[in-house]
Amino acid sequence: MEHYYLLSKKIRRSILDIIYRTKSPHIGSSFSSVEILVSLYFKALTVSPENPFNPNRHRFILSKGHACPAFYAVLAERGFLSEEDLKGFAVNGGVLEQHPSRDVNKGIEVSTGSLGHGLSIGVGMALAGKRDKKNYRVYALLSDGELDEGSVWEAAMFGSHHGLDNLVAIVDYNKIQALGYTKDIINLEPLSQRWSAFGWAVKEIDGHDFGQIFKALALIPFSTGKPNIIIAHTVKGKGVSFMEDKVLWHYRAPDEEEYQDAQKELS
Amino acid sequence: MRNTFFKVLDDMARIYDDIYLLTGDLGFRLFDDFRAKHPERFFDVGLAEANMIGIAAGLSLSGKNVYCYSIIPFLTMRAYEQIRIDIAYQNLNVKLVGVGGGFTYGLEGFTHFGFEDLALMRALPNMTVVVPADPKEAEQLARISYEYPSPLYIRLGRTGEPSIHSESPNFEIGKGMILSEGKDIAIFAIGNMVYQAKQVMDSLEKEGLTVTLVNMHSLKPLDIDLIKECASIHRAIFAIEEHCIVGGLGSSVAEVLSENSYKGIFKRIGIPVRLENFIGNADYLRKRYGLSVENISESILRAMREEDTLWAGKLNI
Repeated sequence: MEHYYLLSKKIRRSILDIIYRTKSPHIGSSFSSVEILVSLYFKALTVSPENPFNPNRHRFILSKGHACPAFYAVLAERGFLSEEDLKGFAVNGGVLEQHPSRDVNKGIEVSTGSLGHGLSIGVGMALAGKRDKKNYRVYALLSDGELDEGSVWEAAMFGSHHGLDNLVAIVDYNKIQALGYTKDIINLEPLSQRWSAFGWAVKEIDGHDFGQIFKALALIPFSTGKPNIIIAHTVKGKGVSFMEDKVLWHYRAPDEEEYQDAQKELS
Repeated sequence: MRNTFFKVLDDMARIYDDIYLLTGDLGFRLFDDFRAKHPERFFDVGLAEANMIGIAAGLSLSGKNVYCYSIIPFLTMRAYEQIRIDIAYQNLNVKLVGVGGGFTYGLEGFTHFGFEDLALMRALPNMTVVVPADPKEAEQLARISYEYPSPLYIRLGRTGEPSIHSESPNFEIGKGMILSEGKDIAIFAIGNMVYQAKQVMDSLEKEGLTVTLVNMHSLKPLDIDLIKECASIHRAIFAIEEHCIVGGLGSSVAEVLSENSYKGIFKRIGIPVRLENFIGNADYLRKRYGLSVENISESILRAMREEDTLWAGKLNI
């Protein structure tokens, strides 16, 4: 377990680097997703950079596309992206934008960036999986703010109506969206009950605790015939004390001093 | 037209088991056969167009050949952003089949009219836009669509469209179809206006004007060479569509003509961007909006007369 926490620190250092170097936004959103992504890519997902088009692979959709610095850092660590690719993040003539563009060779299944699309696409993939009698699962990581989008609930209704228990939504519930706290903008509570009411099987966990994440992932499907959702309670900007739980770090990129302080904390 | 299209789709679905059909809870009785024979590949996704497009993308990314259906404004506008990103940006071979171009839904009112769809679909990268003119073209298009490798928007009429062709036409995406050749006027028409344009042509011939009539069933990619060729021969060009005059066939042709310094007469004939208080069925509305055969012929003759006096002596065509 210690290994995963150390890996998470390494991933955070990498995220910090690429964001600082390019003055990119969304560090808070990226940091809150780290343990979830590490759990998926280093435990749960049967994916391989040697065989990215394996028809039986699990699919992962980063529906909260703006957290792609975390996604890219994890993909690099897993061998889908090279150091060169990371250097090509958010630069002129580069290879990676501030929202992911589909490139299955690089392990990126779907182009995202406009919130509210990922779950529907996941539904389509899960549907195909059921029809083709395949065993793969489809995981979609959503942000909390993203749940404001009506299309998410369209997908939620369809998913439960059609019993897509091979579909796993994960909400990175860091309680902060772009301009403020979710409770002040569009209150999502009671979130668990809302998903239950929509016919999903729900588990709530601490999204930074590997023990809880692994346990939840291992229990899928939570209930046969129901799609799965893990509501992961997280902290925006997790890992760097002065970034934690602050609206500011949704958009803001660290300056040099903040960068040095952050790197120190993460070493 | 739509019955023909879906009958062919049904036949193909028997052979190709990767064909999936999604509808946004519309198309009463239209899919009875498909549902009965391939229930596992048919989904009424309910009144949720954005979700429908996302599901289509997910299915397509998983190797399925997907057709999405709804009434044009709901299909193209409710979920325009999903079409833009999930389908067009990712360049997926999803077929978007919209019914009800122009005033087709007549008495149902403005909410059900297809006035802006061609403009919207044309502006998307990777999106091909086709408008069959009659049931035989719809049939051919259905066959071609299966192997079409990128996003395809198909604008269908509803029912009772008169036939343009007696035999199977040569439907080629990217090419205009010349139905008649003349010397004075070139008319580019699309969809149900092709039949209208044929009658307009007969009426213009009585006035001594010969017409080249082109069925532009492929709006995008547009047969630019054909437009340029017509521009070099005819002193007047008209574009006729049951779509607003902004962004559709008329605009497409205008773009080519102005970028190629056409000096002749050109007018877009279509639906003005203006709300009117007209209530009636499709034929009634066409008349009120100036799209009957008589209205169109008159518009054309007026343009010829006005411009002729204006430009008398300046045209060397």
